[in-house]
Amino acid sequence: MKILTEHIEVPGIETIDVYRKHGGYQAVEKALKKMTPDEVTEEVKKSGLRGRGGAGFPVGMKWSFLAKPEGVPRYLVCNADESEPGTFKDHYLMWKSPHTLIEGMIVSSFALGANTSYIYVRGELMYVIHILEKAIQEAYDKGLLGKNILGSGYDLDLYVQSGGGAYICGEETALLESLEGKRGNPRNKPPFPAVKGLWQCPTVVNNVESIAATSWIVNNGGDAYAQIGVGRSTGTKLISASGHIRKPGVYEIPLGITVEDFIYSDEWCGGIREGHKLKAVVAGGSSVPILPAEMILTTATGEKRLMTYESLSDGGFATGTMLGSGGFIVMDETTCIVHNTLTFARFYHHESCGQCSPCREGTGWMDKVIKRIELGQGRKEDIDLLVDVAKKIEGNTICPLGDAAAWPVSAAIRHFRDEFEWHIEHPELATQPGAVYMRPGASWSN
Amino acid sequence: MEGKNNIIFPAETLDLVKKIIARYPEGKQKSALLPILHLAQAEWKWCSPEVMDYVASLLSIKPIEVYEVASFYTMFHLEPVGEHVIEYCRTGPCCLMGGVEVYDHLKKRLGVETGGTSADGKFTVKEVECLAACGWGPVFQIREKFYMHLTKEKVDQIIDELGK
Repeated sequence: MKILTEHIEVPGIETIDVYRKHGGYQAVEKALKKMTPDEVTEEVKKSGLRGRGGAGFPVGMKWSFLAKPEGVPRYLVCNADESEPGTFKDHYLMWKSPHTLIEGMIVSSFALGANTSYIYVRGELMYVIHILEKAIQEAYDKGLLGKNILGSGYDLDLYVQSGGGAYICGEETALLESLEGKRGNPRNKPPFPAVKGLWQCPTVVNNVESIAATSWIVNNGGDAYAQIGVGRSTGTKLISASGHIRKPGVYEIPLGITVEDFIYSDEWCGGIREGHKLKAVVAGGSSVPILPAEMILTTATGEKRLMTYESLSDGGFATGTMLGSGGFIVMDETTCIVHNTLTFARFYHHESCGQCSPCREGTGWMDKVIKRIELGQGRKEDIDLLVDVAKKIEGNTICPLGDAAAWPVSAAIRHFRDEFEWHIEHPELATQPGAVYMRPGASWSN
Repeated sequence: MEGKNNIIFPAETLDLVKKIIARYPEGKQKSALLPILHLAQAEWKWCSPEVMDYVASLLSIKPIEVYEVASFYTMFHLEPVGEHVIEYCRTGPCCLMGGVEVYDHLKKRLGVETGGTSADGKFTVKEVECLAACGWGPVFQIREKFYMHLTKEKVDQIIDELGK
């Protein structure tokens, strides 16, 4: 079942003519000519579509919070600042099929009553920005953007905004600050963007994949979308698969397949690379807890774990993780968990905006302490120190970057404490090139 | 409008600047800052104080408003750089795919440390965080172009080609 990527490999799909030949822009025709904005919102609510950027908040509900004072413009801003390590699905979708996003932007802007909308793309993807701008021009030329779209009386201008290299701008209020030409410091909430967003006007910020899915929902109805998936995890999800698998790439899965199938089936990742064994997975982008092989495949109650919001988080952080952004990073037995955790800690240290002391200072300390463990200079008390620092960041910052920085460190220690201890107790072994600790009796150990 | 040291965009870039400013409501021209800083860096390779002052004048904002933004976002170079800036991804997934060995080779080949510029002024090597290309790693970027699935051999080919 493919909703977003059905035609993604069709040659020329990036052009409006080929895109239309494959059913493109039918949702614009239907929404603008046959539906009211509230009816579109109603279908999105019924679909159960949840925010695909990582938080998983219901999209229709987010839309319904939008304030609509008379005479004040409202904005839709697409969050295409994809920067969470392990995540590259929005990059892939916009690069291959820009009209999929543009069509969703038109339909969603119509539902929200926005007459100007922006797609905020991380600046490193300048080539994708050019692809989107070309596609937007095509849409203007065909009367799908601009004044009185398809004679419906609805006007929409759509622009692409470039970021400048800052992970924090994926946080929606930091993104709005950035779009206003400022440093990407997240805002205190409330007020939420739905009330005071871009230039203090009511604003909805949605992820690329969420917006792209609305076209299919308009065409086929919210109920049809809700029939895909399991429970409250409806529809399909783009999963960015990377690491030690046979076939890294972006896959659109119906939510609800088993994690085991996703990793081992030839339809998806194709299994672990030749001659190696699964050691651990980071299932939803760098910020979600890492899980060892057994825990990612099976829940604590012995059920097969599914690719859903609920099943991945089953067991809480003790034995579970999160679906997050769908950045699925697979590690085999050659992976040093300490080194991998160091790259994440370094990332969050680098990307902290510096506004809140627990995050600004804490990410620096975690980076520094893990680095000395990695370099064979760790102290016995360092492991507990890391756990303590992570605890003091978590929940004590304006935005979720603090939590995102704390979780990967505390989870790595929770599930791979022996590996950190080995580094501290045997620095002469741990600092050998390519040295990796093998847990006695573990399924991945030789 | 002209900045110090004859810093001025070519006519067609100035047209583009006007179009970019028109994307935002009246009085919200500061929103054009990041897009225009990208244009400025494409034109002058790095964001010198003179270039940033010029950008401020184009947007009728104070120079400090440009400095504080340019220094926040890592894509803007605040020091002179070589002809080609190679920005390699150092984050987890690229490291899993052998990134560290490939990048060490790159630096050795060019005789530079991270952040440095090769003796001939051709290449600057910078370390960056995740480039959203994790399944195609190891990855580096030179201007707008992504170089994916890097190996030591590929790195040599790229350097040979660009170094000509």
